[in-house]
Amino acid sequence: MLHSSARRVLAMTMSAELHVTRERADAIAAPPASARLRRYARPALGLLLPLGLALFWELWVWLGYSNGRLVPPPTKIFATVMELAKSGELTRHITATVSRVAAGFGLGVVAGTVLGAISGYWGLARQLLDPTVQALRAIPSIAWVPLFILWLGIFETSKIALIAVGVFFPVYLGVMGAILAVDRKIVEVGRIFRLSGPAMIRRILLPAVLPAYVVALRVGLGLGWMFVVAAEFMGASEGLGYLLIDGQQLGKPAQIVAAIVIFAILGKTTDWLIEVATAPLLRWQDAFGRQSGAA
Amino acid sequence: MLALDRVGKTYPNGVHALERFSARIKPGEIVAIIGGSGCGKSTLLRAIAGLDRASTGTVTLDDAAITAPHAKIGIIFQEPRLLPWLSVADNIGFGLSDLPADIRREKVDRALTRVGLADKAKAWPRELSGGQAQRVAIARALVPQPEVLLLDEPFSALDAFTRRDLQDHLLDLWKDTRPTLILVTHDVDEAVVLADRVLVMRPRPGRLFEVINVNLARPRDRASPLFENFKRHVLTALDRSLDRNIPDADPKSMAGEAMWW
Repeated sequence: MLHSSARRVLAMTMSAELHVTRERADAIAAPPASARLRRYARPALGLLLPLGLALFWELWVWLGYSNGRLVPPPTKIFATVMELAKSGELTRHITATVSRVAAGFGLGVVAGTVLGAISGYWGLARQLLDPTVQALRAIPSIAWVPLFILWLGIFETSKIALIAVGVFFPVYLGVMGAILAVDRKIVEVGRIFRLSGPAMIRRILLPAVLPAYVVALRVGLGLGWMFVVAAEFMGASEGLGYLLIDGQQLGKPAQIVAAIVIFAILGKTTDWLIEVATAPLLRWQDAFGRQSGAA
Repeated sequence: MLALDRVGKTYPNGVHALERFSARIKPGEIVAIIGGSGCGKSTLLRAIAGLDRASTGTVTLDDAAITAPHAKIGIIFQEPRLLPWLSVADNIGFGLSDLPADIRREKVDRALTRVGLADKAKAWPRELSGGQAQRVAIARALVPQPEVLLLDEPFSALDAFTRRDLQDHLLDLWKDTRPTLILVTHDVDEAVVLADRVLVMRPRPGRLFEVINVNLARPRDRASPLFENFKRHVLTALDRSLDRNIPDADPKSMAGEAMWW
């Protein structure tokens, strides 16, 4: 009696184990579906709140609880965008803004990278240059606007200069800090294998600095988008910043919100472009986000 | 022949790390340098590697003075120091960039197999365990076939089991080309299992205290009474080196003893 019950228990355990094994095999075969779900469901989760709010506001205005004059409902904003797009205005404004950001970002990145690299690499240059740059950094960049207009005129040059100043500082600091932070122990590996100066830069310093550089570029780009608005506030006849001012002066809140939404889309897209373009170079990184599957 | 002639080092901050260290180490010899902390072991090794210049005295390899890193001298540090942005295979091939790609690949492949990491060729360093990473570091240092390989406490960060495993593995790899090995360690067991000669140093300032020849056939049995005997011998020398009441041996006879093999 006892014997047979023990055997039954044993048989049960075994079948349970078998069951577990089979389940595990299923789990190994299954991931594609669940992984795909996770991959698309997570970003969708982030869309839930803004879409919900938009839908709520649309209904609220539609039901007549608000006239939606100062805060236009989504459909009205969408209609404004379509209207601007149809007349070709939208393309003109976007082109103007994007080309300003591109030019300013390009100049700021080149200057920030070159000076940051010099300051990071040569101690003497850092002692000469860095205090001045740090002092200039303490000036709120918008404070340059009147001077830039006097020096460079009211048109494109002063706007691009302002954006470039905004982009310069984070890139300069990022590059300098990253070079200073390169692990001496890794540099020693380069010395042991007798790398020449240029080889040391190419094979040790550049790859070591790259992650921090990408972050600096992304911060710089963010500031570029911030400063293009300021630049276009100071007397522009086209550009998304002009749409904002125009919307304010003529009382068209839908146009203002439309411009803001387009800014958000452009900013996010360009940031994403940097991320995607540099991702293959940074695959080696042991990032927390990557391990937990947040990427 | 690696010759150290009265090598001394005083750092710019005034610390007198090493004084008049002389030794002659013949090709293929395995020498362990052991001593309490602050006895200048690492300073000495960095001077031989050409990473830091000695303040006094000379290091010569086959009559060439070593003042900067040399192609025939490799080093393995306490940490693997792999380049995190290179795959395991590219890390091993790091010192071979002058060679054509196909020869480089062949050498790297052979080294990967030799250290038992053929399946990790494409892995990133972060994906390796501590022992695996140090194997890669050993392969990276050995692949250019140095005549002298310096090891600065190479296994001290590893657990006891992995450490033994790598000690045996190092000896096995050493048999391929028989480079001179100079091993800085604070592990008596490690010194006796690997070395032909153990140089015991004493601190403040770092200097040579005693030379012990380990006349034991390889492979060495860590449990044998003879092995224990040599360990005790080294331990006694270490204890004596830290006792301030025991004077240094006559420098002239010391130099002579260090040169004897």
